[in-house]
Amino acid sequence: MLKIFFAFFKIGLFTFGGGYSMIPLIHFYAVDKFKWIGEEEFIDIIAIAESTPGPIAINSATYVGYKTNGVKGSIAATVGVVLPSLMIIIIIAAFLMQFKDNQWVEYAFMGIRIGVSVMIFNAAIRIYKKLNKNILSYILIAFGFITIYFKLVPIVFVILIGGVIGIVSHVFIHKKEVNGDV
Amino acid sequence: MFSLLFKLFYTFFKIGVFTFGGGYAMIPLITEEVMKNNWVESTDVLLDFIAIAESTPGAFAINIATFIGFEQANVIGAIAATLGVVLPSFIIILIIAKAFTKFATNKYVIGFLAGVRPVVPGIIFSVGVAFILKSVFKIEGIEFGTFTLEWGSILILAVIFAISQKWKKVHPIYLVAISGVLGLLIYGVL
Repeated sequence: MLKIFFAFFKIGLFTFGGGYSMIPLIHFYAVDKFKWIGEEEFIDIIAIAESTPGPIAINSATYVGYKTNGVKGSIAATVGVVLPSLMIIIIIAAFLMQFKDNQWVEYAFMGIRIGVSVMIFNAAIRIYKKLNKNILSYILIAFGFITIYFKLVPIVFVILIGGVIGIVSHVFIHKKEVNGDV
Repeated sequence: MFSLLFKLFYTFFKIGVFTFGGGYAMIPLITEEVMKNNWVESTDVLLDFIAIAESTPGAFAINIATFIGFEQANVIGAIAATLGVVLPSFIIILIIAKAFTKFATNKYVIGFLAGVRPVVPGIIFSVGVAFILKSVFKIEGIEFGTFTLEWGSILILAVIFAISQKWKKVHPIYLVAISGVLGLLIYGVL
């Protein structure tokens, strides 16, 4: 139990940028070092983490924890992966509040805001490149862009509408293709 | 106090439920919710939080939830928001691990994700464009009528864009550091 907690604590502590940068470290602890799960199960976990909502770090921590020690294990792993962030961010936030009105900090952040905006823009391009492209996906990309840029529909509904269109298209219209895939 | 904590928990729970595809996919929904609740005075402050959450250890989702929760209601707020963003994944994965291991090959799940996946970059793209327009040209939303042309901001945009195109795998922390130094030099020194 404690081992699970500390392994995921380290995973939380030593990965910057979250998500996908965590996968190699999870593999190292869960598969190579402690042999909590096998290679195939690891691949399954990544597939499941990618097809369920929420951060991949939490998804995989919960799954690996559960496989090793049931619900208790999943709690230990999840708390372990969350705790470093929680502590570090609280310290930084408390520290930063004192410098909030410092002119030099503001200058730096004026530059950083541009940098972060570009990073978000690039993330969209990166995800776009990984998509299977067909007419429907282009329509859905445009749908997502227009509805959110012009604030026409709340994001939650845009996502749900996309999901429903996906189900209708794959399960009911292109029945054979989906059966072929699965 | 209690209603604020519940609001933090509930809001981040919702964000946790509707985030498909990792950290960046969360940013549009966080922006929408945080602005709606007036938790930051402007998207500028939110971008500062995002920058810090990207350059500190741990999952982006946890970092940003902790940050906003802490700003609103101190340590207890940080815990409420973090618990909110973690719980949906935790519950869903427990159910799948216990009873539904064929989840990733279920045809309804595949269909749902096939529809959601293209929508996500569209949404992120719209937020990225809006943030660039705002931070570089001071264009707010769809108010294209007024804009400022500031060579310094355009230079930072060009440099960061060029670096991230040249070295696709460059870590976010370097981009944050470089844009911060450029901000100091251009706005502060020059």
